[in-house]
Amino acid sequence: MKKNIVIAKVIFVMTICMICIPLSQNEGKVKAFSSQVIQQGAVGDDVIELQSRLKFLGFYHGKIDGVFGWGTYWALRNFQYEFGLPIDGLAGNDTKNKLVKATKNYKANTSSQNQQASKPSSQSQPKKAATNVPSGFSQNDIRLMANAVHGESRGEPYIGQVAVAAVILNRVESASFPNTVSGVIFEPRAFTAVADGQIWLTPNEQSKKAVLDAINGWDPTGGSIYYFNPDTATSGWIWSRPQVKRIGKHIFCK
Amino acid sequence: MIRGILIGVLALGVAGTAFWGYQEHREKNAILINAENNYQRAFHDLTYQIDLLNDKIGTTLAMNSRKSLSPALADVWKLTSEAHSNVGQLPLTLLPFNKTEEFLSKIGDFSYRTAVRDLDKEPLSDTEYDSLKKLYQQSGDIQQELRKVQHAVLNNNLRWMDVELALASDKAPLDNTIIDGFKTVEKTVSSYGDTDFGPTFVSMQNKESSYKYLQGKEITKKEAANIAKKYSGFGNNVDIHVTENGKGSDVGFYSISIQDKKTKQEANMDLTKKGGYPIWFMRSRDVKEPKISLNEAGNQAIKFLKDNGFKNLDLFESVQYDNMGVFTFVTHEDNVRIYPDAINVKVALDNGNILGFSAEEYLQSNHTRNIPKPTKTKDEVRKEINPKVKVMDERLSVIVNDLNQEVLCYEFLGTLGDDTYRIFINADTGVEEKVEKLKNAEPIYENVV
Repeated sequence: MKKNIVIAKVIFVMTICMICIPLSQNEGKVKAFSSQVIQQGAVGDDVIELQSRLKFLGFYHGKIDGVFGWGTYWALRNFQYEFGLPIDGLAGNDTKNKLVKATKNYKANTSSQNQQASKPSSQSQPKKAATNVPSGFSQNDIRLMANAVHGESRGEPYIGQVAVAAVILNRVESASFPNTVSGVIFEPRAFTAVADGQIWLTPNEQSKKAVLDAINGWDPTGGSIYYFNPDTATSGWIWSRPQVKRIGKHIFCK
Repeated sequence: MIRGILIGVLALGVAGTAFWGYQEHREKNAILINAENNYQRAFHDLTYQIDLLNDKIGTTLAMNSRKSLSPALADVWKLTSEAHSNVGQLPLTLLPFNKTEEFLSKIGDFSYRTAVRDLDKEPLSDTEYDSLKKLYQQSGDIQQELRKVQHAVLNNNLRWMDVELALASDKAPLDNTIIDGFKTVEKTVSSYGDTDFGPTFVSMQNKESSYKYLQGKEITKKEAANIAKKYSGFGNNVDIHVTENGKGSDVGFYSISIQDKKTKQEANMDLTKKGGYPIWFMRSRDVKEPKISLNEAGNQAIKFLKDNGFKNLDLFESVQYDNMGVFTFVTHEDNVRIYPDAINVKVALDNGNILGFSAEEYLQSNHTRNIPKPTKTKDEVRKEINPKVKVMDERLSVIVNDLNQEVLCYEFLGTLGDDTYRIFINADTGVEEKVEKLKNAEPIYENVV
């Protein structure tokens, strides 16, 4: 009998804890926006806050992914229109204040949802679930290019890695090569790193950054579509290409 | 006794090794055959497509009405692209085979732009018809040569893997039948020279125009070094190396690498010799956790561009990649956005430093334009938009269309479902020049598995 009471007490305490802890966590997490102006393309906690509040008001329909994309942009503009603010698609101070005022019940609402929801963890801490990618490329394309860049030019200066990525992109554009990133990279005998398997080494962050820079419009090679290492080049033909410049160990040519 | 056991173990070992070796051998062969089959497929596909291509071009010669001509040309376009992709799968990179590939692209470009044109209003001109005839004859020649190679391959059981080996060793004289055959194809194509595709045909390959709008005097190496110093912001305690471009470049430029002696940070940039314009600039360093917002970084970028004399710029796009902000600016003239004049700026979000700058497109296309008044009104062209699209924003802008011409367009931003579209409609003809679905953020996959 006594045992039962103890068990009941334990269960009672535990339930109270279970109800209170998520509540108090939310209480402690009360954070409005930081003082920064949020604009399209931004990522991070402010964007999550913005999206959640806009969603709460029914302006935003997409996922709360922490990336200020077009969906968030239109939602924000509609909000600005409805609330008589200048429609600029920027979440500045006025907009944020209006938004916080308009969503007074927002916190309470999520916490009450927490109690009922079967999986409170997903509600209480929205994680950054998406990322910006340059248009026309997926994360996988970028990864594949980073693999190639890493395999071909690790040990080169950063600028030389951007250059190798730029050559891949120039080849995609060029009439003399396949029209896709994968086509260019896996073209037989095009890259030594592909032929000897070094392409499957895990690329480091730097090669990923180099690829992003190249995709975003940096081309240190002046439009080159070939490069070679003059110390190890086996083909005589490559020397006949018009050379543009040298970066690190590689000579880039057209 | 021990001898017996030893012999037994050794025998087992030998048998095991033999078995393992045999397994390896079989696996290696299987992989070789597989690779060989891929090459064979690409090659035979290619010859088949060239066959078809020749037929199709032949039939278009006999057609007259738009109804049949446009789809036929679209077919030609599709075939060239497939053939092109198959060429790309063959191990021919180190073999000069570019002319053939360029030839394929040229046919593709030509057929595409004639296919999308309204042939009722603007039928094929005589020169275009002549070039189509020429293309027919030339594709016939290529077809013949390729068929010869194909015949040799089939008859003598030639293997692409041998071609690879022959190309790889490079020392052996290249008397490989396949290689010879492809060299002949290449020779045939180069003898065509430039087919006259008619006056309206501006080859898409001439896209990398040669900075023809640049103005100003040639600068010296020393001046170039000074400009680079200014851009890098490193101060005076620096190592500077200036090199000139190689002979293969269309435009004269200086490459400058500059290193801060104290921090060992490095910056690189290219400057045009004529006028000393910055083509690109890049500074590499580790960037720490973001401290400033994308918006503030954008303001830094704007200030940077203003300080360096760039005028009339609109912020077109801003994107945050981890701790870096990348901004794209385009120029505007009388409230018309000029998309070809694009500049990219990269800003570190930890302290707002400018880490990169690229004005290649801007330098190649920026010039004083005479933008005509649109002949159609906004409401007239709005009817051309898919009625399901909800238009949210609109403006006038200049873009480069599929035919590589600058055209004045009404630009509409609209939504359909969860997606946003950018639609360009020609302000003179009302033709839908371009419809882009704008990129949404991509979910991160890492945590899924």
